[in-house]
Amino acid sequence: MRTPLGAVLSRDLALARGGGAGLGVMFFLLVVTLTPFAIGPDLALLARIGPAILWLGALLASLLGLDRLLQADHEDGSLDLMHLAPAPLELQVAAKILAHWLATGLPLVLAAPLFGVMLDVGPEVSVRVALALLVGTPALACLGAVGAALTVGLRRGGLLVPVLILPLAVPVLIFGVAACDAARGGWAPLSVLAGLALGYAVLGPVAAAGALRLLRD
Amino acid sequence: MALLSSITALANPARFSAFATRVLPWLAAATAAMLALGLYLGLVVAPADYQQGETVRIMFLHVPSAWLGMMGYTIMAVASLGVLIWRHPLADVAAKAAAPLGAAFTFLALATGSLWGKPMWGTYWVWDARLTSFLILFLMYLGLMALRSAIEEPSRAAKACAVLTLVGSVNIPIIKFSVDWWNTLHQPASVTRMGKPAMDPTILWPLLANALAFTLLFVVLHLAAMRTELIRRRLRTLRITAAASAAFAPEPAE
Repeated sequence: MRTPLGAVLSRDLALARGGGAGLGVMFFLLVVTLTPFAIGPDLALLARIGPAILWLGALLASLLGLDRLLQADHEDGSLDLMHLAPAPLELQVAAKILAHWLATGLPLVLAAPLFGVMLDVGPEVSVRVALALLVGTPALACLGAVGAALTVGLRRGGLLVPVLILPLAVPVLIFGVAACDAARGGWAPLSVLAGLALGYAVLGPVAAAGALRLLRD
Repeated sequence: MALLSSITALANPARFSAFATRVLPWLAAATAAMLALGLYLGLVVAPADYQQGETVRIMFLHVPSAWLGMMGYTIMAVASLGVLIWRHPLADVAAKAAAPLGAAFTFLALATGSLWGKPMWGTYWVWDARLTSFLILFLMYLGLMALRSAIEEPSRAAKACAVLTLVGSVNIPIIKFSVDWWNTLHQPASVTRMGKPAMDPTILWPLLANALAFTLLFVVLHLAAMRTELIRRRLRTLRITAAASAAFAPEPAE
């Protein structure tokens, strides 16, 4: 027999397979492509700021699907079923975040070293960027879920989520980019990033489920 | 005990409105007097700094504004607890009224800071840790106000803003810490910072007077904004009742 959490996870993954999962990676590629047009084709400069470009691109790309994360469930009524399901809403939201990250975040992590080659950041830094994104993008997904839950049912929710979430994402960006710098000494920034991710993994589902419960009409 | 019961009595919106109406003229007069005294002490009496010259007087506006910018968010966080835990009728009114005030004082702190930065640092803006944290605080105020204006129904807006305020208040120490860390990494002591010298009494007293005056100003504006918000909500209820009774006149009320 399937558990409610497994059902939420497999349903969201099946829906993500239906289409739109590659769109985030394409957007990421477009950000990486546009930056040299703005800065100039100087490879030495691009290599120096490469990790920052990759992080900004991934940060912006991870915002893309957030407006549909809970809004679609609100529209077709499955959010009401989740309220009634025999499992805590927090864990169901966590399952949704996990499915969202697997569908949109993980492709960004896998694509980052590839795009790193285009910016000439070198193999070691590329691996570090991918590692930092692997740790950091779940934190961004958890923060994003809070924004998505707060804007459920709003007509202008799509633009509002980034405005609410991006100031809160500053610590993830700071430590994410710092973790990519090999010269900066060891794994300390990556550890802090992992700590942030664990903290947001608690805060995100709890706050999002709380908002969903309070705003249920 | 009598004091406590007289404070809890103000939880009633109508009683609070009456109280605010009675108190506001006195508080406004006190604010005007205190502001005049503070500005006189700061702009005329206090000596110019031997190093910074007359520009040090910007501090008398800058520091109180920064304090109140942070106090505004603290008030909102406490009020949000009141919204979510006690469902207090006035808590959301207080939170809503504090947001634009806090944003305004944060902006004032940023603006006076950058005007002060031009003669001191040679540029209007440096990515100093304090400036950057304040900029993020300002952006969070704007986000809260945007969320509030996007939700039409006041009770839903109250809950959503309360959740966001609390998530933000959990994040503020993390943001502050990471921005400090980021700044020390990128900017090794190039900015001449006003360390913490023992402040001379000739500067300290005008600063405290101004801090008191600005806090009074905040309280007056907050009380007035809360009273206005209560009237606005009452007006909204009256309009809805009037529209409902006009549209469904033959039907009995629910």
